[in-house]
Amino acid sequence: MKDKVQNIIGEYQNDKNRLMDILIDIQAEFKCIPAEAIETIAGQLIMSKADVRQTLSFYHFFTTEPTGKYTVYLNDSVVAEMMGRNEIAKAFENEIGVKFGSVTDDGLVGLFNTADIGMNDQEPAALINGVPFTNLTISKVKELVAGFKAGREVKDMVGKCGDGMNADERIMSMVNSNCQRKHGSILCLEYEVGSALKRAVNITREAVIETMRSSNLRGRGGAGFPAGLKWEFCRKSGGDINYLVCNADEGEPGTFKDRVLLTEMPEQMFEGMVIAGYAIDADEGVLYLRAEYYYLKAYLEDVLQKMRNDNLLGDKILDVEGFNFDIRIQMGAGAYVCGEESALIESMEGKRGEPRNRPPFPVQSGYHNEPTVVNNVETLSTVVKIILHSADWFKAIGTRESAGTKVLSISGDCKNPGVYEVEYGISVNEMLEMVGATSVQAVQVAGPSGACIGPDKFNQTIAFEDLATGGAMIVIGKDRDLLKEVVLNYISFFIDESCGSCAPCRSLTLILKNKFLKLLNGYGTMKDIDELYSWGKYMKQANRCGLGQTAANPILTTIENFRPLYEALVKTDDEFVSEFNMDKAVEASCKYVDRIPNVH
Amino acid sequence: MNDKIKVTIDGIECWTEEGKYIIDVAKENGIYIPSLCHMEGIKPAGSCRICNVQINGRNMTACSTPAADGMNIESNIPELEEMRKAIVEVMFVAGNHFCPACEKSGNCELQALGYRYQMMVPRFPYEFPEKGVNADSKYIYHDRNRCIICKRCVRSIMKDGKHVFALNGRGGEKLHVEIDTDLASQLTEAEAQEAMDICPVGAILKKERGYYSPIGERKFDKAPIGSEIENK
Amino acid sequence: MSKPVVATTSLAGCFGCHMSLLDIDERILELIELVEFNKSPIDDIKTFTKQCDIGLIEGGCCNSENVHVLKDFRKNCKILVSVGECAIMGGLPALRNGIPIEECIREAYLDGPTVSLNEEQILPNDDELPMLLDKVYPCHEIVKIDYYLPGCPPRADLIWNALIALVTGDEMKLPYEVVKFD
Ligand SMILES: Cc1cc2nc3c(=O)[nH]c(=O)nc-3n(C[C@H](O)[C@H](O)[C@H](O)COP(=O)(O)O)c2cc1C
Ligand code: SF4
Ligand code: SF4
Ligand code: SF4
Ligand code: FES
Repeated sequence: MKDKVQNIIGEYQNDKNRLMDILIDIQAEFKCIPAEAIETIAGQLIMSKADVRQTLSFYHFFTTEPTGKYTVYLNDSVVAEMMGRNEIAKAFENEIGVKFGSVTDDGLVGLFNTADIGMNDQEPAALINGVPFTNLTISKVKELVAGFKAGREVKDMVGKCGDGMNADERIMSMVNSNCQRKHGSILCLEYEVGSALKRAVNITREAVIETMRSSNLRGRGGAGFPAGLKWEFCRKSGGDINYLVCNADEGEPGTFKDRVLLTEMPEQMFEGMVIAGYAIDADEGVLYLRAEYYYLKAYLEDVLQKMRNDNLLGDKILDVEGFNFDIRIQMGAGAYVCGEESALIESMEGKRGEPRNRPPFPVQSGYHNEPTVVNNVETLSTVVKIILHSADWFKAIGTRESAGTKVLSISGDCKNPGVYEVEYGISVNEMLEMVGATSVQAVQVAGPSGACIGPDKFNQTIAFEDLATGGAMIVIGKDRDLLKEVVLNYISFFIDESCGSCAPCRSLTLILKNKFLKLLNGYGTMKDIDELYSWGKYMKQANRCGLGQTAANPILTTIENFRPLYEALVKTDDEFVSEFNMDKAVEASCKYVDRIPNVH
Repeated sequence: MNDKIKVTIDGIECWTEEGKYIIDVAKENGIYIPSLCHMEGIKPAGSCRICNVQINGRNMTACSTPAADGMNIESNIPELEEMRKAIVEVMFVAGNHFCPACEKSGNCELQALGYRYQMMVPRFPYEFPEKGVNADSKYIYHDRNRCIICKRCVRSIMKDGKHVFALNGRGGEKLHVEIDTDLASQLTEAEAQEAMDICPVGAILKKERGYYSPIGERKFDKAPIGSEIENK
Repeated sequence: MSKPVVATTSLAGCFGCHMSLLDIDERILELIELVEFNKSPIDDIKTFTKQCDIGLIEGGCCNSENVHVLKDFRKNCKILVSVGECAIMGGLPALRNGIPIEECIREAYLDGPTVSLNEEQILPNDDELPMLLDKVYPCHEIVKIDYYLPGCPPRADLIWNALIALVTGDEMKLPYEVVKFD
């Protein structure tokens, strides 16, 4: 084992900064990162074992115990549960004979839960040895388990491939792209790969940035920062080397549009990266790809190679002297917070994905402390079309403050879940009609970190100045128990995904959850609702990054928009209700001393 | 000197040099900004969030934000004081703080903030989480029940260029500070003492000798934390 | 006007808080003038004989009896005060909260270093005995508590200041030295 581990470390030049890659390879090789491997890494990279574990233990897909020859990670997000993942989980447990969170004694199968895997439009879904299986049914589970027992290759169990490029031989996945609007107005417009880059290199770097600035393109990853301005800051930072990073971590539950862009039009995104690289004078670009999308990696590598062959990437791109830019793919290992740009950079440097304190901002000091631009997949893809069609053309689409289109990931209780490219300014009502959603109780705008709104707000529009969204729109039908099925799941999600750095994000989330449960369990008071709300506000005030600042949003926005649901949980006018239960409290001790409890 | 910059903290004009953290500038000028994870001279963690101040209406941590010319900083405002007190209370319920049985009592910065804010009882329910202790190395006793994950030890305590303390796990329930037992066993008595002194609470204790200052003569028995800055 | 009536009790406590109350020295005479004591170990009145104004609770709840007494106090006192760390957060008895109750019982009656006379390995289970709770509960998790006086024990001055404030209705004096957690 030691030799294998040493070889892997050697492949990354004994570079501590590549610890992520080293751990990923070791995990793939041994289905875990055994103590012996940790010892070897620590020795070779000259760090303490605790320090190695510090990074390792941060990521969901790194384990110190083997996860089984067949490792099943079943999504447990809200929409997965709506679509019946609990029955699927039970089916797996019945067929295999172990509970989720464990591995069979013979080491054949391991069953684990995982947060949203970006397949909300085809749930229930699971990753098995990294291969996605979607629209799972009980009979499919049976077939899969039979396959495990027969020792079949996971890839061979996929069956029929999905739509679009998913059927390409480099992917061969059963995932569907579900592009519901094939002829959208910007991203989905057909174009000739490389044509935008040709235009870009014909104008100066400053002119490219100026085009972006005047186009009013704002970031599509959630925060909506103007892309041109970000590029300009980076250029003006005066670093030695600049880096360009494409954020394909897509971890917000309910978001899956980047997966579709990566599958259906990766060239467009890569070309956008090269244009950005040109504009900010970067030599190196990195695509940070979430672990859940590992099944796309070989395909994306191949696309990159093609681009190199076509002189769209590599040295002297399009024969422009001094324009050298290449892209590498950095895999993640399962951590939502790594989508936050500075956490993503930490992760790229082989560390825990903890967001950094700001200032300095990544454009001042990012990857390897050099100026770094981080942009979302969709943002960079859009760049291509702006260069091709002009800033004015782009600006004319959408609203005044939100130029262009937004790719929405729509899922939940609707007829046609999938990916939609819409103009900014579309109202929620129009959107619901578009996806065939009737009888809607609520829409979760922008995923758990966004807002949960009710019908009285469905006339609001999707735009930065109104309802801002990174793309996730989850439709929640009238029959759902909003608090139990949606809010509680989201609260737990944030608890698990907090990097833990900030005391309130780490601990107050747990306190909020307990308070919320007190209400759900029927012990709540009106005062509890008010406290829940005011405590939730501290999260916004106190925490460092967007995760912690929004972690109370599922609670805050449902108290704001669905207060009657909370009040219905309160059974008394009393100001004080104790959760203390004497029967329960004495049960264990009485049993142990062999006595019948005499509680009166 | 003309490379001096001016910032205003709670209405008081402070002159300083570019690049200094706000919390240190405040200290130089007799203003105490409550803090826990901050330690002068080591890389800021910005993890306890207690030093949050308002700059142009935005909350920023004073321990990690460098002062810039013309900044208008507000610290002593009810909204922030209320939030700071809440964070202190969160820390008390998120760990197991049995002050009467704690060697650090009287010298503990978390407790001292509890005193400063006159916390009679945390507003949050006690959680009594299960946390472990590690007493496997020669001089160090590490009690996670009292650890507030300020990362001071993680950031500063090294042996042979390697970290003795490190974080482990992720998320509200799993995250904790781990001690590298092999490395910790090599610490000298003096280094262990240093580790204990770095820890703001009673999570890192040096074995063999304790309770060295009598009640009444401990750091925070008579005057609140921060008064040494405010009364200068 | 009749004097305000005070009741006190020690639940899972060590009587240290009561000692601290007595530690107000000669002011005890003043106190006797100001208030009347009802159910309390101080005067050995065992059951409530009238509605009280102020109940002082020492100790948290570690067994079923503590819970009954606490609820009885809530019923009979207008104002309840948690006095001391044990009432507020379980205190030293709550050090057991991270340990399964079975292990605690075993340690106390079978395995502990001070166990010497239990050859038949008897675990007390008489119906008359209070039943142990799964953990030690702070009082305010069981009944509504109005005020809290931290300390182990709370400084005599803190208790004095609190009583004076409650009796007179004046604002309570809280000099730095009196609020301590140890
Ligand atoms: C917790 C958290 C998760 C995030 N996840 C993503 C993500 O998966 N993809 C993304 O592009 N941006 C994500 N962001 C936003 C990024 O920090 C950053 O703003 C964005 O990548 C910038 O790109 P843009 O300007 O093109 O939108 C996340 C932010 C936070 C706080
Ligand atoms: S807010 Fe939460 S996720 Fe963000 S840095 Fe703080 S602890 Fe980490
Ligand atoms: S660490 Fe501080 S707050 Fe915690 S028990 Fe010890 S003295 Fe009390
Ligand atoms: S052990 Fe002490 S110094 Fe280290 S993180 Fe915990 S509280 Fe901070
Ligand atoms: S002292 Fe600044 S965040 Fe802790």
